[in-house]
Amino acid sequence: MSLISPWRADFPGILALEAEGQTYLDSAATAQKPQAVLDALLAYLSSGVANVHRAQHLPGERATRAFEATRSKTAQWLNAASAEEIIFTRGSTESLNLLAYGLEHLLQPGEQIVVSALEHHANLLPWQQLARRRNLELLVLPLDSTGSIDLQQAARLIGPRTRLLAVSQLSNVLGCWQPLSELLSLARTQGALSVVDGAQGAVHGRHDMQALGCDFYVCSSHKLYGPDGVGLLYGRREALGKLQHWQFGGEMVLDADYHEARFRPAPLGFEAGTPAVSAVIALGAALDWLGSQDHLAVSQHEAALHAELLAGLQARDGVRLLGVPQLALASFCVETVHNADLAHLLTEQGIAVRAGHHCAMPLMKGLGLSGAIRVSLGLYNDGEDLQRFFSALDNALELLR
Amino acid sequence: MNLPPAAQQALGAFSACSGWEQRARLLMQWGERLEPLSDAERVDEHRVHGCESLVWLVAENQDGIWHFRAGSEARLLRGLLAVLLARVDGLSGDKLAALDLVDWFNQLGLQRQLSPSRSNGLNAVLQRMRELAQES
Repeated sequence: MSLISPWRADFPGILALEAEGQTYLDSAATAQKPQAVLDALLAYLSSGVANVHRAQHLPGERATRAFEATRSKTAQWLNAASAEEIIFTRGSTESLNLLAYGLEHLLQPGEQIVVSALEHHANLLPWQQLARRRNLELLVLPLDSTGSIDLQQAARLIGPRTRLLAVSQLSNVLGCWQPLSELLSLARTQGALSVVDGAQGAVHGRHDMQALGCDFYVCSSHKLYGPDGVGLLYGRREALGKLQHWQFGGEMVLDADYHEARFRPAPLGFEAGTPAVSAVIALGAALDWLGSQDHLAVSQHEAALHAELLAGLQARDGVRLLGVPQLALASFCVETVHNADLAHLLTEQGIAVRAGHHCAMPLMKGLGLSGAIRVSLGLYNDGEDLQRFFSALDNALELLR
Repeated sequence: MNLPPAAQQALGAFSACSGWEQRARLLMQWGERLEPLSDAERVDEHRVHGCESLVWLVAENQDGIWHFRAGSEARLLRGLLAVLLARVDGLSGDKLAALDLVDWFNQLGLQRQLSPSRSNGLNAVLQRMRELAQES
């Protein structure tokens, strides 16, 4: 019997794409939005907008309350100690860049930043460039054969000169959870700050910041069924206090003169200029919607879809999976077939999957691949989506081989 | 407008295509017609950057006439390169500069291969040709 998603009907985007003949299997890049998010956007935009944190008038007060309500919902969602620990950014990438600039003053030449071999460019390049600016050493933690960061090597490499550890929670290419608690504990032992890239991980299950014990955690609204243009940066209160301001302008300032200024602390001190007000408000609606679903049922559905995806891929001759994917996605290539050819023919058949290096060029080079196809799942996908994908894959391989 | 014979042939074949499977088969057949590049030509100097697949473009200008050869590791892209070269090979710099290559792919029913979200490299190849035509 085909797997049915009880959430599918809440997503006008997935239904519209289906009606157009498109099978959307690229949710790890960005997710479709539930009706509740569309409603929230329209409700805010059509009821009279105003800027936040600036005006005493009624529309301004209303917008500010709705905006700040999302901050509280986000803090609850992540079990942060307080809403003050949540900074709104444009996305995970901006959150990580903020950190790379905000922490720069703490790092001295010769000290080390540690990342892993599977990082998305967003959690590699800001640190790489920081290392170049400050003459730091960038260490790269190797992976084991399953696609997980090798803990023995990590224990050897994370040492007294390590000032910062930045790792992904869930790989966007390999689809496996990383051993965060062990890695964070290694960083803590050395007194290093820790940054977790939760862009993929935040979408699957709930994560408790206080239990996790990292200093910073970043994720993006648009992958979490919310609007694009909003990212989150969680920082433990003490860790946030170490950040230097990085973007300057409206509303992040306490007091300004022509030649000097004093700035607000987090979060507002790190939200210079007008934020994405409507998108932040609609992210609140996305979190409300997610919060009202049966989490166990969502995880079970996602796990069942993923198992079917893996079984289907493994049943086909010549398919090589990258790593040992545990959930959400699977990347693969096919012997003697170029991934660009496969991507071309899947596209022709209305299958929306991702092909290429997945913003992780060093990882792909390390695997000896020029690229791969990635199928990624959202809670709205169903068994029929997978059947359409497999039938298109079979057609494509028949043509190409 | 007088099309070169190879281009005329491509137009005839592709405009008679119905459906993606036939088009894909045809592209792969055309891809096999590409004059092979030697290992010495498959080098960084001839590499067209901005493609996720490796693409090489070798351009020679003899007495104002362009002669191109191209290669890629991806088969369908080789087909796209072949129908591109069928249209541009043997043109003068002026004619190449004036040519609307997007329209050419439109005529072949292959316009989607040029969409800006594609990273197949065809756009980068077109860009490289325009640069070459302007330099000439």
